[in-house]
Amino acid sequence: MEMLWFWLVSVMVAIYSVMDGFDFGAGILHLFVAKTNEERRQVLGAIGPLWDGNEVWLLAGGGAMFLAFPRTLAAGFSGFYLAMFMVVWTLIIRGISIEYRSHVQDELWRAFWDRGFAFASILMPILLGAALANVIRGVPLDKSGYFNIPLFTDFGTGNPVGILDWFTVLIGVFVLVTIAAHGALFLAWKTDGPVHDRSRALAKPLWAGVVGLWVAATIATRTVSPEIYDHFAGSFLAWLFFVVYVAGLATVFYGILKERFLLAFLGSGAFIIGILATTAACVWPVMLKSTLNPGWSLTAQNASVGSHGLATGLVWWIIGFPIAVGYVALLFKIHRGKVKAAAEGEGY
Amino acid sequence: MGDPLFWHRLQFGFTAAFHYLYPQLTMGLALLIVVFKTLGKSPGNERYQDLARFWIRVFGINFATGVVTGIPMEFQFGTNWARFSHFSGGVIGQTLGMEGMFAFFLESSFLGLLIWSEKKIGPKLHYLAAWALFIGSWLSGYFIVATDAFMQHPIGYTIATSAENIRTLQVESFWSFLLNPWALAQYFHNMMGAAVTGSFFVTAVGAYWALKGIHTEHARATLRVGVIAGLLTSLIVAFPSGDHQGKMVAKYQPVSLAAMEGRFQSGTYAELNFIGQPNVAEQKLDNPIKMPGALSFIAYGSFSSNVKGLNEFPQDQWPTNIELLYYSFHIMVGLGTIFIGIMGLSVLLLWKERLEHTRPLLWVLMLAFPFPFIANTAGWMVAELGRQPWLIYGLMRTSEGSSEMVHAGQTIFTSLGFAGLYVVLWFLSAFLILREISHGPAKEATTNHTN
Ligand code: HDD
Ligand code: HEM
Ligand code: HEM
Repeated sequence: MEMLWFWLVSVMVAIYSVMDGFDFGAGILHLFVAKTNEERRQVLGAIGPLWDGNEVWLLAGGGAMFLAFPRTLAAGFSGFYLAMFMVVWTLIIRGISIEYRSHVQDELWRAFWDRGFAFASILMPILLGAALANVIRGVPLDKSGYFNIPLFTDFGTGNPVGILDWFTVLIGVFVLVTIAAHGALFLAWKTDGPVHDRSRALAKPLWAGVVGLWVAATIATRTVSPEIYDHFAGSFLAWLFFVVYVAGLATVFYGILKERFLLAFLGSGAFIIGILATTAACVWPVMLKSTLNPGWSLTAQNASVGSHGLATGLVWWIIGFPIAVGYVALLFKIHRGKVKAAAEGEGY
Repeated sequence: MGDPLFWHRLQFGFTAAFHYLYPQLTMGLALLIVVFKTLGKSPGNERYQDLARFWIRVFGINFATGVVTGIPMEFQFGTNWARFSHFSGGVIGQTLGMEGMFAFFLESSFLGLLIWSEKKIGPKLHYLAAWALFIGSWLSGYFIVATDAFMQHPIGYTIATSAENIRTLQVESFWSFLLNPWALAQYFHNMMGAAVTGSFFVTAVGAYWALKGIHTEHARATLRVGVIAGLLTSLIVAFPSGDHQGKMVAKYQPVSLAAMEGRFQSGTYAELNFIGQPNVAEQKLDNPIKMPGALSFIAYGSFSSNVKGLNEFPQDQWPTNIELLYYSFHIMVGLGTIFIGIMGLSVLLLWKERLEHTRPLLWVLMLAFPFPFIANTAGWMVAELGRQPWLIYGLMRTSEGSSEMVHAGQTIFTSLGFAGLYVVLWFLSAFLILREISHGPAKEATTNHTN
């Protein structure tokens, strides 16, 4: 049961990364691929009806974690205190930038929100990447099961650690470029005209960057957290997900070459899900690794809420999940096809 | 300054109170939008369709602000109340998770369709979207209120002890937790409170148009719906709902009731105080104006019942801020009474077909809209302060629930961040909503903001 919930939480986080990933990706790129007001509204029109629902995957994933592993949630959230509030404020800025922008027809007003949207979209993947890297590297969990670390110390990965060090920043940049590349494919798929052309042109170099950073990140992970690779060798699931993400990567390049951007976008989704799932399979059952004493790490077993609670949660989760997926499918169906900029006063 | 607990409480209270300014209007308007859309279905009632469109635009701005201020709330359980989350996650994680799965997905998926896609999806699906938003927002209200109700009156749980001797809560009976009688009562009262906010807001705009003599047809329709809904909900929020709330508190949190009423000594024929200042140092109420026996009657249904005073309870069980609790309660009840008066008079004049021409009353209606926000905030202050010193009533003290590893400095820093961000957010959303109101209802599904 613990294992099942470990995977349910991982699945929710992975879905969040793919879904909100394309919103952030669009936000990172829109200043470059959409120059006129009309083009910006085309980008916003593509993500506008979807972003809030995408964000709910984060809340639902957090809810799943709260329900199944409250101890991990409590330790992680309070331990990364300042970084958590940066995430929160970033999400606030992103949300209102999308929602408030087009209500007022004024150049400065709109330029302000465009920049807010870009700023938040750039910051968020870096923060999420750094968070992931912190989980891989480990944090100074003590006997009480809690920790609290500063934003940065000396940028080394040894104790005392900070949220940002060379490794976590590297992973942050890797995630940033991946999300931008993911967003480029989304825009190439959902738009036409100049936005499409510019996104398409950016897709190739961005994905080349992803490959380069992926190699760097893999080597870095190997030096910081060697035990992950020991797990990898012996884990069937890890190999399976490894195949998924390599296949995803191949699909991306195939799709770009053949100009089939939906296919490429799906490939990039598989890449993101695969890489996160591989990581999850490699760290299992550890959810938060202690750098002080491996025995103090929080695992799916010692952080679990107990089987009755997990079973109860599973019942409604099985009902709720298909409904949520159904809404997503419905939205994509209603908004199918290339997006045009809405008329003034209508739409994002 | 140095006590982290103080800052955690201040931060959570401030961000929650701010967040709730938006959802109460969301939930109130969601109901009225369904009413407008339903009225607009019959032929010859196009102006109701215009009004629905108009309120949907206001709704969109308000909703967005509600969403972005809701996110921090979810995070703060973990960041600020780590020991509480660890202890109770096995129970309240259920409702918080369900809120995401069953309510937030529904709301967020249909929001865009409701606001921007009327032409694309056609009238049938658009009507459905209005219902989806109504159901979604009222469902999310339920899940969060059920979470709070567990903290007020915990049931349906067991206490488990782990191998490392850590005590945590677990759900034992899912249904008795989900259908907690406290939750049902609190939900009903709270939703009626939100509907009061919605009704007063709608009415204020109708009164504004009527006073300016613009959009006459629309003003009449708005006032009609607004004051009828306003009277109904104001009545229900007081009776049976508020009355029932009072009885729940008397039964399960007698010490809060004593503090809410500033009652230090026990006794039969307990009086209800309309006005007065609690004096905690001397343990009495200064300058009261009271009605003997009324409190006994409200709490227990008989004038002669004994209502316990604070002196019957050990001091370490008293709510920590008795003055604020007392004033919050009296502000809420006082405003509730005034609401009934205003709306009762308005409906009377509506019935006599004189409402549109009674300018003094229109002025009152136009200016009254902030007060339900105050009443709702005050009501939550009553609930949350009355729960003190407990975080989970009888199970965990507030001082045992905070994040121990977080320093006061960190919380002060983030509190200041929120203060700054939220001031800006408040002005921006108020500006956009006022702007929308000044554009008025348009005839067509399309509106051009450039006049
Ligand atoms: C428009 C808003 C509004 C109005 C006019 C009233 N209330 Fe209220 N009240 C609320 C909005 C509210 C609220 C915001 O919805 C609260 C906070 C928590 C809750 O569930 O409801 C609340 C809480 C609340 C509580 C506290 C419950 C607790 O301690 O947990 C009591 C005893 C009452 N109410 C009773 C009344 C009475 C007797 C009223 C008579 C007029 C009244 N309320 C009017
Ligand atoms: C939206 C309306 C709400 C308002 C205005 C509000 C207000 C407050 C205030 C003023 C406090 C500080 C009390 C004190 O420390 O003396 C507080 C504390 C708290 N509230 Fe609420 N609250 C609201 C809803 C909720 C809900 C729905 C929940 C649960 C899901 C909740 C959970 C808490 C927690 C965990 C604390 C901190 C512990 C404590 O001080 O008791 N609140 N809230
Ligand atoms: C203090 C505890 C609270 C938490 C943790 C919380 C959490 C949230 C979150 C995360 C959202 C955004 C959802 C999205 O992305 O779509 C939200 C919005 C919302 N919340 Fe809260 N909330 C709290 C208090 C309340 C209360 C007391 C109510 C009413 C009873 C309420 C009702 C709503 C509604 C109806 C929405 C939809 C958006 C809106 O109305 O503006 N919330 N809340």
